[in-house]
Amino acid sequence: MARVTELSVNGGRRRIDADPDRTLLSVLRDDLDLTGTKYGCGEGQCAACTVLVDGVATKSCLTKVGAVAGKRIVTIEGLAPEGKLHPVQQAFLDADAMQCGYCTPGMILGAVALLGRTPNPTEAEIVTGMNGHICRCGTYPRVVRAIHAAAGKGGRA
Amino acid sequence: MKRRDFFAVLGGGLVVLLDDEIYAQETGGPRRGGGTAVPVEIGAWLHIGESGVVTVYTGKVEVGQNARTSLTQAVVEELHAPPASVHMAMGDTDLTPFDMGTVGSMTTPRMWPQIRRAAAAAREMLLDLAAQKWSVDRATLAIADGKVSAGARSASFGELARGEKWTRTIPSSVPLAEAAAWKVAGKSLPKVNGHAMVTGAHKYSYDLSRPGMLHAKVLYPPQFGATLISLDASAAEAMPGVKVVHEGNFVAVAAPDPETAAKAAGVLQAQWKPVTAEADSHTVFQYFKQTAQGAAASANLTPYTIAYIAHVPLEPRAALAEWEGDKVTVWTGSQRPFGVRSELAQAFGIPEEKARVIVPDTGSGYGGKHNGDAALEAARVSKALGKPVKRNWTREEEMTWAYFRPGGLIEVAGKVSPDGVITEWEFHNYNSGGSGLQSPYSIPGKKEQFHQTKSPLRQGSYRGLAATANHFVRESYMDELAQSVKLDPLEFRLINAKDERLRNVIVAAADKFGWKARQKTAGRGFGIAAGFEKGGYVATCAEISVDPGTGAVKVLRAVVAFECGAVVNPEHLRNQVEGAIAMGLGGALFEEIQFGEGKISTNRLARYRVPRFADMPVIESVLLDRKDLVSAGAGETPIVGIAPAIGNAIFDANGKRIRRLPLMA
Repeated sequence: MARVTELSVNGGRRRIDADPDRTLLSVLRDDLDLTGTKYGCGEGQCAACTVLVDGVATKSCLTKVGAVAGKRIVTIEGLAPEGKLHPVQQAFLDADAMQCGYCTPGMILGAVALLGRTPNPTEAEIVTGMNGHICRCGTYPRVVRAIHAAAGKGGRA
Repeated sequence: MKRRDFFAVLGGGLVVLLDDEIYAQETGGPRRGGGTAVPVEIGAWLHIGESGVVTVYTGKVEVGQNARTSLTQAVVEELHAPPASVHMAMGDTDLTPFDMGTVGSMTTPRMWPQIRRAAAAAREMLLDLAAQKWSVDRATLAIADGKVSAGARSASFGELARGEKWTRTIPSSVPLAEAAAWKVAGKSLPKVNGHAMVTGAHKYSYDLSRPGMLHAKVLYPPQFGATLISLDASAAEAMPGVKVVHEGNFVAVAAPDPETAAKAAGVLQAQWKPVTAEADSHTVFQYFKQTAQGAAASANLTPYTIAYIAHVPLEPRAALAEWEGDKVTVWTGSQRPFGVRSELAQAFGIPEEKARVIVPDTGSGYGGKHNGDAALEAARVSKALGKPVKRNWTREEEMTWAYFRPGGLIEVAGKVSPDGVITEWEFHNYNSGGSGLQSPYSIPGKKEQFHQTKSPLRQGSYRGLAATANHFVRESYMDELAQSVKLDPLEFRLINAKDERLRNVIVAAADKFGWKARQKTAGRGFGIAAGFEKGGYVATCAEISVDPGTGAVKVLRAVVAFECGAVVNPEHLRNQVEGAIAMGLGGALFEEIQFGEGKISTNRLARYRVPRFADMPVIESVLLDRKDLVSAGAGETPIVGIAPAIGNAIFDANGKRIRRLPLMA
């Protein structure tokens, strides 16, 4: 397969030169220095590596970069491009919905995608929608609260 | 840094050094290690620069417990500086004073008052300066929001510090203001670097890079303890850009990118000498008893078992090492930067000041990052290859080659009078540890013993240490005793609890939970548990449901009453309490390391279940704020009550007494 030479990331075109079988996670982190996207398990179990691909929450550790060439990729670095926080980011701060913060970028992008699908989710819909994300510090109740709060403030992507 | 070098490095300003004579008293001598980096007796120090930036240097680290924020509050409270002007320099062995480690919930009881004292001394220096400069009576000065003023005159801290080179050393025993008068401490200051977390800007150790850096992979044996017989590295060495490091049993490959390094590790041909494992996850409890030290227990005790579990910090161990001449600098996520420095010094035969360890705010630890495994690996490969080297552990490596919370066998017996007074108590802990071993209840005849044993797995610290195991068994057995005399579990505990602080949390949790008004229905159960550890008192009530078909347990509601003296930051304390319940649920219900033949079979998240959103109960916390008591650490103790509360609730639901952790094995 041909090498991937360009990715659309955070609204811009980025030149790369990557084997199409490499993971999107690796290309983002190691080639583009977008380290806000986290490695947590490498097997799609923790969702710390979540990015948006055409608005859909996607585990970048299981996604080959060849499969997303030409698609719109948004990482945590692209969520507040003008420096103004996205409503979901602000809601996470307001609800103190983090401790170590390592899961936070993936959580936030997962929440943005969830609110894109379901603008006013019930608690059960949040739990189901976010259940793939692991927070070892156990801030789950606060994340639920943050998503509820963001839902009222245009939390969609 | 030498004392005389402070201003050369920092520019002008004011410096407060905190002479840590309490530490010397506790340990019988000056601080260990030190070298010439920072004066050995200093506990913390604070600098006010000419720009008004206040920098506080402490060897503590931030691993999610929000020490960076609580220590900032300590500075703001005493110095009256705006929070944004305060920078905490943490966990850098060249810049910060020696520290034993961010362990044992000691940051709040030990470091927090020290930093308040340093900040209070700095405040007094600023007032002295202003009084002198303006030739006014010191008593007429006001200090607030980063400024000192006298009538119409006003100067910022930076303006006052400008051109000064003034150092003051103060004893760490200076008295402090009463908690009742706090203005910033005791309030919910938001996480000071939260913005960097929600934007992805914060660089964890896993994220760091240096120019020309190589990525390393280490070849681990197929079994714990297996030794290398032979190695054929020719296929790896033939790969472009790949270097192989082979020193005795240590084999690593390095490449310009992590994927090439992983591929190169995959083509190493190694032969290992196998070992015969002495125990597996089924036989280990007998093994503990067989290899135990200490006096024998009485006959007819009731045994409980505790599985080994993993910390699973979401950021696996990671380190970046770089040598400059004979000095190595390592960035790594560790709770003990000075401990890692010692490990490096020992491994490479260098003086401690030739190793610098820098700890970026870390993707959690929970007691699992006390040592420098990744740091040593990165430094070793970097030394061999003469380039900066990154060593990021995979999840599988983290869940195999880190250390585990110890498994244990605990045996217990007790006697109780017909009116519910415990008269005898015998309690033996094999291997899991001595923390929280002693019953907080008033019992006339007690025998409590920790027995060291051999461990088939590498083991170490964990949030709350063995207090979780010891509380699980003690509080489960308390219910067994209550049942034997037909007493309500709450009533039974109150009969035997004489410590007022213990009684307070039990009553507070039961009241909030509605214990006395609880309505028993089929498939539902209620449990209560209480305890004391690391200066904090906790009581936990749980409501659970048991699926009649599968026996699966769902925790519906948990109420936690917690008292840790004067509360430093209520919102962050609640966050810690909730997090402890969430984490504790895993060890209580389903987390268990399975192993055999020197291998871990549960070394991936697909095979090792940790709590998720859907596992969460409704969590309610009741904080008993005792402004008359010294603040204790709070990251650990709230975890100890949830497992026994759930176990007791299961018994309440279906009459089954489960005497093992995890309960749902």
